[in-house]
Amino acid sequence: MNGEQVAPPALEVTDLELVYRVRGVDRRVLRGVSFAIERGRSYGLVGESGCGKSTVALGIVRYLPRNGRVTAGSISVSGRDVLALAGPKLREYHARTVSMVYQNPGAALNPGLRVGAQVAEAFTVLGVSRREALERAREALAHVQIADPGSVMARYPHQLSGGMQQRVVIAMALAKKPELLILDEPTTGLDATVEAEVLDLVAQLQLELDMAVLFISHNLGVISKMCGRVGVLYAGRLVEEGPVDVVLQDPRHPYTVGLLRCIPRGGVRKDQGRLDTIPGFLPGLGAEIPGCVFADRCAFADERCRTEEPPLSSVGSAHTSRCWYHERARDLPRAEPPELELPTVRRDARPLVELEVLTKTFKQRGHEVRALEEVSAAIWPGETLGLVGESGSGKTTLARTLLGIVPPTSGTALLEGSPLPPRYQKRSAAELRGLQIVFQNPDSALNRRHSVRRILLRSLKKLAGIRGAEAERRMLALADRVRLTERTLTQKPVQLSGGLKQRVAIARAFAGDPRLVVCDEPTSALDVSVQAAILNLLVELQAERGVSYLFISHDLGVVRYISDRIAVLYLGRLQEVGPADVVFDGPHHPYTEALLSAVPTIDGGGRDRIKLSGEIPSAASPPSGCVFHTRCPRKLGAICEETEPPLEEVEPGHHLRCHIPIEELRRLQRKAVAV
Amino acid sequence: MTGIATPTPSLAPDVRSESRAATVERLRLLARSPTVIVGCVIVLFWLVCAIFTGPVTPHDPIFDNQFPTNEQPSWAHPFGTDTNGRDIFSRVLAGSRNVLLIAPAATLLGTVLGTLLGLLTGYLRGVFDDVMSRVVDAVLSLPLIVTAILIVTAVGNSSRWVVVLIIGFIFTPVVSRTVRAAVLSEAELDYVQAARLRGEKPHYIMASEILPNVLPLVVVEFTVRLGYAIFAVATLTFIGFGVAPPSPDWAAQINQYWTLIDPYWWMTFFPALAIASLVVAVNLVADGVREVYER
Repeated sequence: MNGEQVAPPALEVTDLELVYRVRGVDRRVLRGVSFAIERGRSYGLVGESGCGKSTVALGIVRYLPRNGRVTAGSISVSGRDVLALAGPKLREYHARTVSMVYQNPGAALNPGLRVGAQVAEAFTVLGVSRREALERAREALAHVQIADPGSVMARYPHQLSGGMQQRVVIAMALAKKPELLILDEPTTGLDATVEAEVLDLVAQLQLELDMAVLFISHNLGVISKMCGRVGVLYAGRLVEEGPVDVVLQDPRHPYTVGLLRCIPRGGVRKDQGRLDTIPGFLPGLGAEIPGCVFADRCAFADERCRTEEPPLSSVGSAHTSRCWYHERARDLPRAEPPELELPTVRRDARPLVELEVLTKTFKQRGHEVRALEEVSAAIWPGETLGLVGESGSGKTTLARTLLGIVPPTSGTALLEGSPLPPRYQKRSAAELRGLQIVFQNPDSALNRRHSVRRILLRSLKKLAGIRGAEAERRMLALADRVRLTERTLTQKPVQLSGGLKQRVAIARAFAGDPRLVVCDEPTSALDVSVQAAILNLLVELQAERGVSYLFISHDLGVVRYISDRIAVLYLGRLQEVGPADVVFDGPHHPYTEALLSAVPTIDGGGRDRIKLSGEIPSAASPPSGCVFHTRCPRKLGAICEETEPPLEEVEPGHHLRCHIPIEELRRLQRKAVAV
Repeated sequence: MTGIATPTPSLAPDVRSESRAATVERLRLLARSPTVIVGCVIVLFWLVCAIFTGPVTPHDPIFDNQFPTNEQPSWAHPFGTDTNGRDIFSRVLAGSRNVLLIAPAATLLGTVLGTLLGLLTGYLRGVFDDVMSRVVDAVLSLPLIVTAILIVTAVGNSSRWVVVLIIGFIFTPVVSRTVRAAVLSEAELDYVQAARLRGEKPHYIMASEILPNVLPLVVVEFTVRLGYAIFAVATLTFIGFGVAPPSPDWAAQINQYWTLIDPYWWMTFFPALAIASLVVAVNLVADGVREVYER
């Protein structure tokens, strides 16, 4: 520890001020950001979208857009002044000193070049001969744990899965053995199981190469797993900074406190309480803020907060907060919404929706892709069925089959006991009205040429059969219900934030009093504070109208919060169905166990991670026997490879598809948690 | 639930003003581009000439033997005189009328039909799309002049409106291909799915949901096609369709005098220059429009 004080830190950002010039006016994007990363350490930057996280990264690598400019402050990497670099020096800096990995690996790779050529190029720019570069590329790919580098090198990027692509990008970023590696949301688009593997890889490589890592993420769990220190950014201002475990366990800034409270965790369920939200919006780009940047949304804010910028105060060892009231930040009053009366689900009554041995087989270039295999399930009125599984497991196909967008190959779906026509075109108005959907991506879910008003009026007309003055009245009531202001009604989707767009989409689905709403990852494109508000809204609507949800999500915390029962899908087959707490607390299917253990938690520790080897097999040629046997950490032996276990009711309401008896699973899994 | 009682007649103007604001913003961007301004000035110049032919031309463009024949360009006759003793400068100024009538009409026809076909093939897909796409391929492979002769033979005359028909027919598949591609990707978006799930009929989805989103592309396509149309009109007039001498139409003039290009080069050169100026100007505007809309 003593020697480190002499060597300059790997990255030192001091009082960085940065502006974007928009329509001839300089707008402040970063307001005096300072932090440092020691050699071999990792630093996390968190905050919601629009707070300036990526701008910090772009400033450090000197890739600011043309209208961006540093107006004050300094950036130094290993003692070199980065802002003074120009010409060949800057090129040298890019070529040898820093590397950056972006969120979307698909866009970071050239779709027209084979992977081998691209990775080799990362070495040839360092002055290595072409032949040697190919050899080094092979080693680099092996280094990022790609099992068969030779065959991967001969493939094109689109032939690789997202996780593989991100490994390739990381291999390229590490080619130069950088002093500083910047990862900007590197796992945001990936499945939890793949995310866990990529994160493990980064952590291991960091140790090995002794490089500094700047990790940018909106996911506090990921930051807590990966980083030693964390900085919380809000509106271009670093509001709190400190060691990760201290900041997350003892936050001293109201924004950090709010962020942490927004996240459904610790097994909270909708019937046990509402989620906290952070009211209000991020200040506009470059807004003039005389006082604390968070004052507008803070429950503590008083006159002083609005007029006087709080200084950076030390609140612990190497822990600072920019708040006048940091000592009582933890007691931030909760925006406690009224408690709700959730509908009681009566499972002895007739289910609202029944799926009877649904099978969907797609034909793809002569191959048969079995997207769904004999899926049977039921959803009762007023309950939420959570649907989880990795991408490619058939979640979306199941939802689309239920909605009639894709007809099943065999099997039927029933609504209130009567079979639904397989295609939406043949369904009656009542059937269409009864089943609606909220999509994942609010940008593409709303017609960008229509005003919110038009979108809602049209839905009322088609789904509820109301028009004229009555429609106008109902539209206002509907908008009010999802808390859209009148101002919003005249706007087009581009003028709205992601959360508002999703509210419009929810209002649209609820225009005709639906019985079941399919929620296809409705919050995964949103910031956590917005996510909490949307989840609260969905729960309120359920309490009011007794609607059922089929809730698809890869975020298990969210699924656990909102679901009454959970169904786990793997390769188009249901592996486990049961009440939410039973599925989560176990004993559960080995696949569920692996999914759960892959999620990085804020609270730290908890489960031992169960690694899934390899990727989800192709649905075109599913494994024999139990489809999960190729990756199952608890595989018994030949029986798993030969016979597919049936989906059996092992406890009341809890169905499992596994050869291992439930008692044995209970014993094994209890041991795993105890370790 | 408090907002219900308030009637909102004020909403509609608001919606309109916001969409107007977007249009104004586009026009502002267009007006800032120097190439667009140059293009617009040239097009406007020819429009004025076409509308106010009488007052604009120094001499009568049609009557024969007003001046000595075959005179080189001079101060009195900047573009010279032709073999019929007419002032070519006056004839060039008067010659834009035909092109400026036929080309936009033909482009409009082709764009409207092409957009319609593109929407239908792109949204309905299936057998209809397969068949129409092959037909489109077939029409695309036909050269302009062959098609023109075919249509003229079928219709039995070669008036201006037949020229509009010919060029409209030639442009329809070109526009339809572009629109179809846009409709294909648009139809994949969730808002189209949402419309289907609330029981919208295909014609509503095409006209009210998808069309507004591909409209910018159609506008761009129109301006780009207009440049080609001017050239196509000139080509067809040159080979004798549409108008004929003594009309001062540029291509008709070229048709009349091109065999005399040596030594009377000015009789062909200035009408040709006029055609070129209009084509270039329209393309300058088209480039600007494309940049603004495809931002």
